[in-house]
Amino acid sequence: MTIASSTELICFLLLGVGVVLGSIGVVLLENIVYSAFLLGGVFLSVAGLYLLLNASFVAAAQVLVYVGAVNVLILFAIMLVNKKEDLKVIKSLRLRRILSGGVCFGLLFLLVRVVITTNWSLPGPVAIGEAATERIGEHLFTDYLLPFELASVLLLMAMIGAIVLARKDVVYLESTPESDLKQGLIEQAQPTLLADKPTNS
Amino acid sequence: MFEAFDGHVPLQAYLLLAAFLFCIGVWGLINSRNAVRVLMSIELMLNAVNINLMAFSSFIDGDLIRGQVFAVFVITVAAAEAAVGLAILLSLYRNRVTVDMESFNLLRW
Repeated sequence: MTIASSTELICFLLLGVGVVLGSIGVVLLENIVYSAFLLGGVFLSVAGLYLLLNASFVAAAQVLVYVGAVNVLILFAIMLVNKKEDLKVIKSLRLRRILSGGVCFGLLFLLVRVVITTNWSLPGPVAIGEAATERIGEHLFTDYLLPFELASVLLLMAMIGAIVLARKDVVYLESTPESDLKQGLIEQAQPTLLADKPTNS
Repeated sequence: MFEAFDGHVPLQAYLLLAAFLFCIGVWGLINSRNAVRVLMSIELMLNAVNINLMAFSSFIDGDLIRGQVFAVFVITVAAAEAAVGLAILLSLYRNRVTVDMESFNLLRW
C-alpha cells in the first residue's frame, strides 16, 4: 500500500489532531457520555494511524475489539451506573490538579527529549507491507505460540471473572413442606453496605 | 532531528504523538472523579503504547513485524482488563451507590 507522501502527511496530521483533541476531550469533558463517544473517535483515529503504518490486520483488530467491544462495554457501564450525584467538595483539589499536571508535563518533557535525542537506527529493513497479515499468522503459530495460548486462557479467566463479579447474589431459599411451589432461586436486592458510612479523616 | 525527512512521516512524529496521548492518559487517571473515566484513561494509555509498538515495528523491524504481534497481545489484554474492570466497577457501585473515586477509601491508610 503506497500512497503519495503528501497525502500521507495530511492524513497523519488530521489523525494526530483527532487523537490529541479527542483524548483531551475524554479527560476533560463534564458529561461522561460525550467522553465515551469521543473515546470511540480516538480509537478510530488510532486505527487510521495503524493503516498509515501498513498494518491492516491490527487496524481491523483495533476497530473490532476497541470500538466494537470495549467502547460498547464502557457505554453499558455508564448506562448502568449513571446517576446524578453531587460530588463532595474536596479541599486542595485545585492544588492536586496543578501538581499532577506538573508531573505529567515533566513526563512529557522527558519522553520528548528521549525521542528527539536518541539516534534511532534508521532506516531499518524494508517493510513487508501487505504481507504483514501472513507474517503475524506465522509468528502466532510458531514462536509466539505459548503467549497465544496463554491469551486464550486469560480471556477465559476474564470472562468467568467478569460474570462472577457482576452477578447479583442469588439466594437459595430453604424448602419447607408448605412452600414447595415457592422454592427456587430468587434474586434478592442486595442491601447496600457502607452506603452512608460517614467519611472520617 | 528529522534529517532523514523525505516527505514521509518520520518515526519521531509517531513517538511524539504517543507521548502526548500517554501523558493525557496519566493526567486523566490521576484526576478523574468518575471511576468509568479512570478506565477510559487506562485505555488511552494502552493505545499510546500500541502506537509506539506499531511505529517501531514499521520503521525499525520492518521484515519481522514483532511489534504488531505484541500490539495484538496488548489489545487482547486490554479487552480482558476492560471486562474485569467494569465488572469490579459494577459490584463496587452496588455496594457503595456511587462512582466517585474519592469515596472508595476503604483501604486508605
